[in-house]
Amino acid sequence: MSLELRDVVKTYREPGGGRLPVLKIASFSLAAGEQAVLVGSSGGGKTTLLNIIAGITAADSGEVLVDRTDLTKLPEAARDRFRAERIGYVFQTFNLLQAFTALENVLLGMSFGGRHADRSAAIELLKRVGLGHRLHHKPAQLSVGEQQRTSVARALVNTPKLLLADEPTANVDAANQQTILDLLRTSCRENGVSLLLVTHAPEVANQFDRVEKLADFNNPVPQIAAR
Amino acid sequence: MNLATIAWKSVRQRGLASSLTGVSVALGIMLMVMVLVIYGILQNTFNQRSINYSLIVGAKGDPLQLVLSTVYHVSPPIENLPYRLYLDLKKDPRVEVAIPLAMGDVTEEGNFAIVGTLPEFFERDYAPKRPFLVKGTAFHQPFDAFIGSRVASENGWNLGTKLKLRHGGAAGDHVHDEEFTVVGVIAPTGTPHDKTVYVNLEGFYQISGHDKPLDEAIKREREFYGEPPLDADGLAAEMKKIQAKYGVHDHAHGHDHAHHGHAHETPPVQKEVTSILIACKSDTAGLMLQGEMKKGYKAQAVNPIFPMQKLMNDILGPVKQLLLAMTGMIVLVSGIGIFVSIYSSMSARGREIAIMRALGAQRSTVFTIILVESIILCLGGGLLGLLLGHGMVFVAAPIVEVQTGLIVNPLAFELAELVLFPALLLMSILVGFLPGMTAYKTDVAEALSNS
Repeated sequence: MSLELRDVVKTYREPGGGRLPVLKIASFSLAAGEQAVLVGSSGGGKTTLLNIIAGITAADSGEVLVDRTDLTKLPEAARDRFRAERIGYVFQTFNLLQAFTALENVLLGMSFGGRHADRSAAIELLKRVGLGHRLHHKPAQLSVGEQQRTSVARALVNTPKLLLADEPTANVDAANQQTILDLLRTSCRENGVSLLLVTHAPEVANQFDRVEKLADFNNPVPQIAAR
Repeated sequence: MNLATIAWKSVRQRGLASSLTGVSVALGIMLMVMVLVIYGILQNTFNQRSINYSLIVGAKGDPLQLVLSTVYHVSPPIENLPYRLYLDLKKDPRVEVAIPLAMGDVTEEGNFAIVGTLPEFFERDYAPKRPFLVKGTAFHQPFDAFIGSRVASENGWNLGTKLKLRHGGAAGDHVHDEEFTVVGVIAPTGTPHDKTVYVNLEGFYQISGHDKPLDEAIKREREFYGEPPLDADGLAAEMKKIQAKYGVHDHAHGHDHAHHGHAHETPPVQKEVTSILIACKSDTAGLMLQGEMKKGYKAQAVNPIFPMQKLMNDILGPVKQLLLAMTGMIVLVSGIGIFVSIYSSMSARGREIAIMRALGAQRSTVFTIILVESIILCLGGGLLGLLLGHGMVFVAAPIVEVQTGLIVNPLAFELAELVLFPALLLMSILVGFLPGMTAYKTDVAEALSNS
């Protein structure tokens, strides 16, 4: 099992002092190499869930097991290291560093895991996503599609066990949308990486065998239910 | 990609702000380096090792002026002394060595100081355990000269070169007709000797105008020793006695060696010296001589160490401290500039920090990156300032030499400069701490959602 969630609860503090529930997941799992899509309304807690799985945000309670390691039991620094080494993250807004070239952005993804940054592996990966001719271009010099392909390469460069993709096609045009999607799915399949992709676009969700719905969290508290 | 590379990228991204703050540090450090190096040069120049004599005897006046004019040739001589005083001191049983010096002229070419002295001057170490090394022959004929290494290199002079003296040192003063011949080139000493031409004292007196008219010389010598003035008959008899012994010899009235082609001994009474270097047989002897000079003569005996220590401690030392404090403030202000630059950029860099954190960077890692940025700016600016400071000294050295007569080593380096970098490192850590903590505390989820 690549990912397993048990009784995960997340609330936020309200200005009045109370707690606002945003997420309550009784059980969810993703097998090694499995690909699933998570759909739900905007503001429905999808990004919060990905952040909890990535160890960026701490859950109030419950267990988050990634590659059999319970992230909720790890101190923050260990979670950071775990994320650097075993979890890839593709953001909706790409989140490339503007001062860095495409190659440097990918190398940056290798810089925090305690492993040696393998320049040739980064170049190879960029070539595989079709950016061999854009290695030394900065994000501002890349098209939107190229930027997202760079961020995909950055997420895959550490050969993670789990790839989280938060609306990866939301900011790209239709042609690039399919390219990005194919790239993500093919790369994960080839490397045995589990993929959990969040989207609100039905045309994206429909391409996955497994689609999970994150119900409106306001009332009742959202639950994940297998289709 | 290591943290320094990531930090350097950030510094470059904010190129203008980074350059300005780095340059402000560089300017402060440049000024500090210049103050340290120049003070070091002055200290080395004026320390006691520049002279190997325990006393300098000269006319009464400012002791500092006596030392500066005698040893460093950077101040006009006070007044002349009778040659008889030198002869008296030479015979004094407490005196090991007495060397007369006659100064006031410069070379026609290059304005290097001329010092008339005796061959014995070169037999004694110019500083403890540092003997004169001279290429050439001995310094025996009246119109023989030794030249310092800088005189040789700057004027292109060598053994056999003929040189003339400009009277008084001012550009408008006349050039003496007599020529001296270079018979020795002194190896570099790093002292004022390098920029000095030494001529045989006997030849110095034989230059027209360098010996006093006989009647005036007799009067001045008696006045110096506090002897009653002679009446007209007594003066005439004294002059007749001297002329009978040395021959009629009066350059002031048209008797000029350059024109009649001979050299002969100048009567001692017509000779004057500017100062006398004394090495005493004991410290006590030196103190006794100093005390006697204060009472009996119109002269003073000065231990060269004390006026120079006074100059360094009472005048130059506080000036150095003041300048260091001022330049330190400049560096401090530039440090604040770096703080403002980095800190003000932090709000715009929240997303950048959050991205790195999302990629697995720990809080301590992003804190370190910000700290390294601060270190790059402080130490980079410091290094630039160090180069600029030494560059300025290198460029200014020949100008300062011309203006002051001091020897300035353009490659001078002060050990105190080594303290600058640990201090800069400390400053960079202080400056980078608060922005670093801002990065440390960045809420990744919030910063990413804001983007």
